[in-house]
Amino acid sequence: MAAPVRASLMITCLGDMLFPEVGVAMVQLLRRLGVQVGFPDGQTCCGMPLFNSGYHHDAALVAARTVKLFEGADHVVVPSGSCAWMVRTEYPGLLKHDPALHAAADSLARRTRELSQFIVEVLGVTTIESPFKGKVTYHDSCHLLRGLGESASPRALLRGVPGVELVELPGADECCGFGGSFSVRLPEVSSSILDKKLANVESTGARCLVACDAGCLMQMAGGLSRRGSAVKAVHLAQVLAGEVER
Amino acid sequence: MSDALLRTPFPERAGAALKDTFLQEALKIATTKFIDLRKQSFAGFPQGEALRDRARAIKEATLQHLDVHLERLADNVERLGGRVHWASTAEEAREMVLRLCRDRGVRMAVKSKSMATEEIDLNEALEHAGITPIETDLGEYIIQLAHEKPSHIIAPAIHKTKGQVAELFSRELRGEFPADPEVLTAVARKALREKFLQADMGITGANFAVADTGTVVLVTNEGNGRMVTSLPRIHVALMGVEKVIPSMTDLVVFLAILARSATGQKLSSYTTLVRGPRRAGELEGPEEFHLILLDNGRSRQIASTLREALYCLRCGACLNVCPVYRQIGGHAYGYTYPGPIGILLTAMLKGNESVRELAHASSLCGACKDVCPVRIDIPRMLVELREHLDREKIAPWTERVVFKALRRLLLSPTAYRVSATVGRWVQRPFVRQGRLRGLPLVFGKWTKTRDLPPVAARTFRERWKELQ
Repeated sequence: MAAPVRASLMITCLGDMLFPEVGVAMVQLLRRLGVQVGFPDGQTCCGMPLFNSGYHHDAALVAARTVKLFEGADHVVVPSGSCAWMVRTEYPGLLKHDPALHAAADSLARRTRELSQFIVEVLGVTTIESPFKGKVTYHDSCHLLRGLGESASPRALLRGVPGVELVELPGADECCGFGGSFSVRLPEVSSSILDKKLANVESTGARCLVACDAGCLMQMAGGLSRRGSAVKAVHLAQVLAGEVER
Repeated sequence: MSDALLRTPFPERAGAALKDTFLQEALKIATTKFIDLRKQSFAGFPQGEALRDRARAIKEATLQHLDVHLERLADNVERLGGRVHWASTAEEAREMVLRLCRDRGVRMAVKSKSMATEEIDLNEALEHAGITPIETDLGEYIIQLAHEKPSHIIAPAIHKTKGQVAELFSRELRGEFPADPEVLTAVARKALREKFLQADMGITGANFAVADTGTVVLVTNEGNGRMVTSLPRIHVALMGVEKVIPSMTDLVVFLAILARSATGQKLSSYTTLVRGPRRAGELEGPEEFHLILLDNGRSRQIASTLREALYCLRCGACLNVCPVYRQIGGHAYGYTYPGPIGILLTAMLKGNESVRELAHASSLCGACKDVCPVRIDIPRMLVELREHLDREKIAPWTERVVFKALRRLLLSPTAYRVSATVGRWVQRPFVRQGRLRGLPLVFGKWTKTRDLPPVAARTFRERWKELQ
């Protein structure tokens, strides 16, 4: 018998404070798949808000802290493509001036995966039994799609759920308008981009809009509920775990 | 661009663009069309990806020895009988054109589409000196008649609907013209042919200049650009110094991807290769050929973080896919070069101060990087640019305070945990049916159009204990 896969959950700031139900769904899902899930206490945020606004020295301090916190983890699983991208793509560069930290960042980058990638690549699973039923559509988050080159895994997992019908979203690869601080620096532009996205979502006739990024979900769910839409924005983990709380 | 426009803060310029229904309609149609054409073109061209890598490598290598390539270009142009002028600033470049006009009694100049001439505000300078510039690219002609500026690098009148063009032509060219592109093109053609015969000078930009052969290359679709180089007695080509490429073999690489990226064509309708003025025994071509090499802040960027922006071919593909450009169009950016690459070029040419707000006019979605024929990593460079703005204290101090506070919060798990508790207290008056609405301060910028999930009654961290 192979030893069980051990993975640490990097919950991310938005996942921790605003979408804890996504984290709970992830834990339940991963355990069902035989993963031993850990949660390093003291984690805060990957530092992407600092990095994207140009505060690279500050982001490096946060990165250094995160790298140490996850040093012992075999695998690190992240519910957001953007935070996984930050760790995998930007951490090594941010910490390049300290050889020990740089090596640790490189190692963390190799061990870190966004949820759908972790399930498909590490666990080798594409079919997950879930009671979730209905027509869904999928939004490609920019950092997962273009940053990490991932578009197949989330779709494969959704198609693998017997009761789920996946309909392609027109312009699925186009930005939802979130962009971190962009959403409040240029709120009108951000909302205008969002409106286009949501019109496309509603044109699919799906009852759920699935994404793999808490940032995009916050933006799209915020727009859907404001326009009184019947469509619910949910995280992939919630579909796969079979529970949508809200 | 006009100072009056730039006095309006960028968010307001963007907001006005969002309310312009004609602009919204025109942008949606045009950018969608360009995106589809580009996609189809590369789908049927599997070698395209390798050619993009090759093109990038050529640009990279050429910039490393830019001086050498430029000198070889200059030598070859002069050997062919042309004259080469070196302009370190926009002002010097303008002066060179004006001096040529004065010395040779030029009253009217026909122009082909050129962003470099826009960059140095050449038309204004010519008009001021009593010389009439006539734009002969259809899009440029439209906006010249409308007294506007290009809003797209390759489709300058992209912001106008055909109905608006019909109105403009009817008013400016005196007639009753229908909103039919074919009719309108014929109208412009007739008006422009007369100008071609009167003009003493033809002014063009250059898409490439080949150092080995002294060839200036123009890529156009309408053919008027070629006439600009051949009909008037003087041809002046103005190009940014980064446009030089070493050889004709390199040119083939760029031509294979430029039109595909820009318009989805395999090649543009006209690829014009100009080598010096008319030679003895030739029947056509200008008597004089002048090449102005414009630096205007470029060479000092070769070693900077903005370096990659010097690879830009001006194809406009990054504008078409940019979610911000697609919403606000080119004018709202306020400078010659719009869109994501435009932000970088503006920083390069006008300094970091000028992009204090523009540096943030991107959601960093990365669509631009994906379509760039030479794979310029625009999102990364925007983030680097923001880093400079923070370090040089160009970013507003309020913003810097906020981010320094955020850093402290993220470095202390205790402070971070307390912030959740504080958040739960503070948000209480704003919770409506499980959603936050009508928040004050910066949060209001979110809740004006979108709901926000409240800080959870129990964070994941708090729920973890019972999950164990």
